[in-house]
Amino acid sequence: MDSAEPILSLKGIGKSFYGNRVLADVSFDVGAGEIIGLVGENGAGKSTLMKILFGMPVISETGGFEGSIYFNGKEARFKTPFDALDAGIGMVHQEFSLIPGFTTTENILLNRESLNSSVLVDVFGPRISTLDRATMESRAKSAIAKLGVTLDPNMLIKEMPVGHKQFTEIARELCRENVKLIVLDEPTAVLTESEAEVLLSTLRLLASEGIAIIFISHRLREVVELCDRVVVLRDGHKIEDFPAKGSSTKQIASLMVGRSMEAQAKIDAASAARSTQSDSDARETILSVENLWVDMPGETVRNVNLSVKKGEIFGIGGLAGQGKLGIPNGIMGLSPAGGSVVLNGTPVELNAPRAALERNMAFVSEDRRGVGLLLDEGIDWNIAFTAMQVQNQFLKPILGGLFLWRSDAAMSNLAEEYIKLLEIKCTGPGQRAGNLSGGNQQKVCLAKAFALRPDVLFVSEPTRGIDIGAKHLVLDTLKKYNSEYGTTIVMVSSELEELRSVCDRIAIVYEGRIEGILPHTAPIEDFGILMAGADRDETTVALVGGN
Amino acid sequence: MSSKLRNFFIDNAVVILFVVLIAIAIPVSGLPGTFLMQEILTRLGRNTFLVIALLLPIMAGMGLNFGMVLGAMAGQLGLIFITDWNIVGIPGLLLAMIISLPISVFLGWLCGSIMNLAKGREMVTGFILAFFMNGLYMMVVLYAMGSIIPIMNPELLLSRGYGIRNVVGLDGVRQSLDTLIPLKIAGLNIPAFSFLIIAAVSYFIIWFRKTKIGQDMRAAGQDRAVSGAAGIPVEQTRILAIIISTVLAGIGQIIFLQNLGTINTTSSHEQIGMFSIAALLIGGASVTKASIPNVIVGVILFHLLFLVSPMAGKNLIGSGMLGEYFRQFVSYGVIALALVLYEWKRVTQENDSRATLRGGGAPAAKEAKGGAA
Repeated sequence: MDSAEPILSLKGIGKSFYGNRVLADVSFDVGAGEIIGLVGENGAGKSTLMKILFGMPVISETGGFEGSIYFNGKEARFKTPFDALDAGIGMVHQEFSLIPGFTTTENILLNRESLNSSVLVDVFGPRISTLDRATMESRAKSAIAKLGVTLDPNMLIKEMPVGHKQFTEIARELCRENVKLIVLDEPTAVLTESEAEVLLSTLRLLASEGIAIIFISHRLREVVELCDRVVVLRDGHKIEDFPAKGSSTKQIASLMVGRSMEAQAKIDAASAARSTQSDSDARETILSVENLWVDMPGETVRNVNLSVKKGEIFGIGGLAGQGKLGIPNGIMGLSPAGGSVVLNGTPVELNAPRAALERNMAFVSEDRRGVGLLLDEGIDWNIAFTAMQVQNQFLKPILGGLFLWRSDAAMSNLAEEYIKLLEIKCTGPGQRAGNLSGGNQQKVCLAKAFALRPDVLFVSEPTRGIDIGAKHLVLDTLKKYNSEYGTTIVMVSSELEELRSVCDRIAIVYEGRIEGILPHTAPIEDFGILMAGADRDETTVALVGGN
Repeated sequence: MSSKLRNFFIDNAVVILFVVLIAIAIPVSGLPGTFLMQEILTRLGRNTFLVIALLLPIMAGMGLNFGMVLGAMAGQLGLIFITDWNIVGIPGLLLAMIISLPISVFLGWLCGSIMNLAKGREMVTGFILAFFMNGLYMMVVLYAMGSIIPIMNPELLLSRGYGIRNVVGLDGVRQSLDTLIPLKIAGLNIPAFSFLIIAAVSYFIIWFRKTKIGQDMRAAGQDRAVSGAAGIPVEQTRILAIIISTVLAGIGQIIFLQNLGTINTTSSHEQIGMFSIAALLIGGASVTKASIPNVIVGVILFHLLFLVSPMAGKNLIGSGMLGEYFRQFVSYGVIALALVLYEWKRVTQENDSRATLRGGGAPAAKEAKGGAA
């Protein structure tokens, strides 16, 4: 794989923001046709490194960087991302940067359209020429052909399944004449497992044609499977650079967090210990759900029946898009829903978030920034907000109860307490939630739910997009909360391992219905069969080939 | 089939509502058909150009350009000058357009730049900007003209010696465009040349959409961040959309006023934004989507209602004032109504598209619904 001359060579890259060092002496090479997996916890310096590579203005605005970058044999110091693109580096971002009302072709060739020549160009410049749609389509088609997948060049982006959007993004990078290196930032985060597999084989195909790839991902299994070499960053330093073949996800994970396997062992031990105590059959039912349907975009629930025992941690798993996220969102009144939900023997009013909260249920949403947090308010406000609105906590009566006055001191104390308890990294209770990192935002969301002292706590994708250290803390906190207060927890997650390490019983959702409920001790193959529905192969076809 | 029919009604709710209103109002008004036909032809020639000026900012994602009033002011300044210089006929109108051009470009650039500072709130920004510029326009017309800016014709000036009179007669250029190609069919005067100009500007809009810059405008209209990341100069493109809109509004106002034959110095431009926007919305356009057919249908429907409502009001209630009130009510109300209906339509379509996802389609789901209620 290694050619004599690397395509990209980073030498001693360092960077500090206002005296705060985020990268120090990072060096590695990327050869033509080589796939490098770049891994590290959040805040390890991956995104800063990519910003330096792409010449993002924020780097030069904060005093430039140390070290040097050689691209294609020449020293490169890109001033803007466009210089990097011109030199032949493509970037596929985590969030889609596509225009929804445009077709595949229009998106692939956005701002690089083929133009008809016209006399007006001499007077008004090139932007006055009309578009040459026929040439555009054939250029788009040839870019799509390189991917080895089929995409309709005339389909609107907004009508596409999510996997096709990701492929459109990659096709756009490939469509540049001289692309030699593509950086993919968490490209599989939004894809289902089967879509992700198609993407990985596409990347292998591209690499075999000589395009170098930097693959940034939290899904370590994919990194091991796909990459030639793995570069691990931790706290701004390059920790290790080794061939992916023969390495294990455990090994990479421990390098990333810099801890021994101690933490992992703890989980295993805890899981084993729990298996003895989970005699959940004897306990009474706290929540029972019958014929629930939920209209949540992309996560439709069609007909769900399940019952949750008091004091247990109940897991809900399944592939993306099968409806597992719809269940808590429907019960908590955030998405249109119907059916019957009975809590402690009395029915819960659906489609009314306040009613659900008043029944002492709490929800930690998977949509942290949208639903979970008031981004422009401080941590104290965020944690106390729901408790204040629903349970009249943190309010003191004035004039014999004529008015209720907000008690800032009580809110602040509460925030301090949870900052300490959950190790929220912040400047203080007043820091805006929007300025916290993903992991710390999640902790604030948890604290907000804890402040309600709920009977039933729904937690949706609690570890999505947060680093390993924070992951352990979040899961440990949930377990601790469950055992200390006897709170029933319903946890929805796409990571089966996580569910198996925390939950007592795990329901697998498939096509909007419960496919089966298994104890956490059940072998992983059994879960796999449930996740894939009746016929695994058919599912794969429906998910990937679906048009 | 029934769902198709329903979708048709939802898609065209605004247009259908106004067709029904007019179908009721025409017989009640008792106005003769030939009169209505003649009026509509005249008003098509008079107003269509102005409404077309609104199209590009909608495409660029900037909503309804209430700032078009700025262009109308520029057009009026041009007309005041040629009236003073006594340049008549087509050359006069051409000169008025040429005078308005740099003013429109400057005002459009100003308006576009300010809207770039208030992204997502372009409509209200344009609205307030029009009020603000109205003050400057008044200062120029009522104080500067005749004192700093020389006005030779004393008949144009107020008796105090400076400032333009409330009404400026455009006798020199009156209907010179409309009658350039005299055309009479079945006793109806058709403003053929004005229609040709409208056809030309319509072609310009259609062609412009196909250019690279038109594509950039569409892209910027849908997602500014993505367009910017792809290297499209978003702010510049948005300013250009407003500049073109303002220039077209200036020319449109000149066409509008040559047909009327007089300028209300202090108020002709004020209503034009409101009326043009109301017409476009009645034609079935929305804040994000508008086409040339929307313009034509809108002008016809809006002005039909405008024509028949005072008479219909008079005949129904016996008061002419009511008709006048109704005109005001219609033009403002229609904008509110169209915006509300647009939102209702969006929500209905969204719910419709998700109908199959609700209730699970299983028989059990029906019971479930009952259980929830």
